[in-house]
Amino acid sequence: MPSYDVMPNMELYQPVRVEDALDIASRYADRGWLVGGGQDTYGWLKDRAKSADALIDLSAIDELRGVRETAEGIEIGALTTLTEIAESALLKQSYSVLSDAAAVVASPQIRNIGTLGGNVSQDVRCWYYRRGLSCYRAGGNLCYADTPQGMNREHSLFETSRCVAAGASDTAPALVALDATMVLRSVDGERTLSAEEYFVGPAVDIENTTALRDGEILTAVRLPKAWANAEFYFEKVADRNVWDFSLVNVAAAFKVSGGNISESRVVCGAVQATPRRLTAIENAIQGKAKGAVTAQSVAGMASEGARALAHNGFKIPLMENLVKRAISA
Amino acid sequence: MNLNLTRRRFIKGVIASGAAATTTGVWVAANGASRPAGAVERMIRININGQVRTVDVAPQETLASTLRYKLGLTGTKLGCNRGECGACTVLVDDVSTYACSVLTHSVKNGRVETVEGLEAADGTLHPVQQAFVEELSPQCGYCTPGQIMAAVGLLRENPSPTREEARMGLSGNICRCGSYDSYLDGVMRAAQIG
Ligand SMILES: Cc1cc2nc3c(=O)[nH]c(=O)nc-3n(C[C@H](O)[C@H](O)[C@H](O)COP(=O)(O)OP(=O)(O)OC[C@H]3O[C@@H](n4cnc5c(N)ncnc54)[C@H](O)[C@@H]3O)c2cc1C
Ligand code: SF4
Ligand code: FES
Ligand code: FES
Repeated sequence: MPSYDVMPNMELYQPVRVEDALDIASRYADRGWLVGGGQDTYGWLKDRAKSADALIDLSAIDELRGVRETAEGIEIGALTTLTEIAESALLKQSYSVLSDAAAVVASPQIRNIGTLGGNVSQDVRCWYYRRGLSCYRAGGNLCYADTPQGMNREHSLFETSRCVAAGASDTAPALVALDATMVLRSVDGERTLSAEEYFVGPAVDIENTTALRDGEILTAVRLPKAWANAEFYFEKVADRNVWDFSLVNVAAAFKVSGGNISESRVVCGAVQATPRRLTAIENAIQGKAKGAVTAQSVAGMASEGARALAHNGFKIPLMENLVKRAISA
Repeated sequence: MNLNLTRRRFIKGVIASGAAATTTGVWVAANGASRPAGAVERMIRININGQVRTVDVAPQETLASTLRYKLGLTGTKLGCNRGECGACTVLVDDVSTYACSVLTHSVKNGRVETVEGLEAADGTLHPVQQAFVEELSPQCGYCTPGQIMAAVGLLRENPSPTREEARMGLSGNICRCGSYDSYLDGVMRAAQIG
């Protein structure tokens, strides 16, 4: 396949009000492409693996940016950059699992431009799909990664359904660990989804990673007070510390009283298309002391139900160890 | 990165484009005859290295294309053209940015700086350039403009970084010659002479 230097011709809109962006998004529907920072967008278009009639650049919409305190917790505009999230004093103080996750995305330059909305709405990183092959996720009827010759070291352990691609976002597991609420707007109004509902796997919708509908814009992410200042843990393992996507990551939140875990949310990323919440672990550690002993006793449960592909079996002990470290920390 | 700077960038963007929105009362900032209402106007004015340049920019054009192929500023290199190497690093309102992975239209209200803009009018090199010369930082030199711009961006935000902070600051720039330590030596020296 040839490598193209430039993107094909398209229209570009740069609305400054969210209402206008919604009008344009609704007008173009599936032929419009929302752009936050464009860091997951331009590769698709340069490679001619996907196309659009119009780019809708959201970056000039003031009301979609910034981290603010509300009565219920914190609201983050979807266009807030990952650097702003990584450096936000409010987030570092009370929801550090999210600022820690944002701080290890890609590279400094990508974090300077890439947005939270784009990070959680990005597509999977499967090279067959990204190269424009017509696999299941692209509307075809074959998965190239799950064949005897397929390269699937980065792919899923769980919840595969024809497509075996894993989720790529580092902030997505943190948002599930924080029980975040996603605020979606369209010309018809606003709806909210929990982060767990926002991310969808191939069994639900094989062509999309989120519940966003055509014409909808993710405008904000809300973090509830209930999880402010919990004990947090985030760790990402990747081949290189910069640019590379997580092979596995873990995002965890623990409420601890008197040394014992009263409530927790433990989530792994890059092991299936959506962030995987480990509810069996959460239940098993409830009431137990937070530390190495508890961690050791439950770590094996982390990978229960995993189905390794030809080349991703290493993710099973990796996942168990990351969960162990999260509970030990 | 300095948050005030990012904030200033978007405030400027909003002021520049918002002015059009309030005078017309709608989002139709510039209504080209052959374009759907509201799509961007191709002729733009953009501040590059302190000079306001007028240039015809396609809607989907990246900043690297505009700099190299429209304005002749070939100091900004293209390595991967996919956000994976850092050769194209420039500053937009002091913030390091991959020019291959940002639309020119998205940064047209900002202040763009490329490696060509660093040298003083009398030929004095920027402290980072001078330090990179003294420390023999580059080998083949292909990644050097990007390394320089990343270092300038880092030192504006953090004028005396630790070596570890400098390593993080330059971590978005690949050097195929593996000259990383020499570049870090250069950044540490630049912080002293800067
Ligand atoms: C070399 C490289 C390395 C990377 N490494 C990592 C990594 O380690 N970890 C990681 O998590 N990511 C990584 N990424 C992926 C990603 O580009 C960035 O994480 C970035 O955050 C994406 O944000 P953006 O705003 O630039 O996205 P965009 O490209 O603007 O958008 C991505 C998608 O989300 C949609 N979208 C954007 N904003 C909204 C919104 N407000 N409402 C609805 N839909 C929206 C867009 O239509 C598009 O489909 C990497 C990318 C590159 C190129
Ligand atoms: S894993 Fe998914 S995206 Fe990759 S080839 Fe298979 S169907 Fe396509
Ligand atoms: S050319 Fe832009 S990052 Fe490689
Ligand atoms: S000096 Fe040759 S690539 Fe860096």
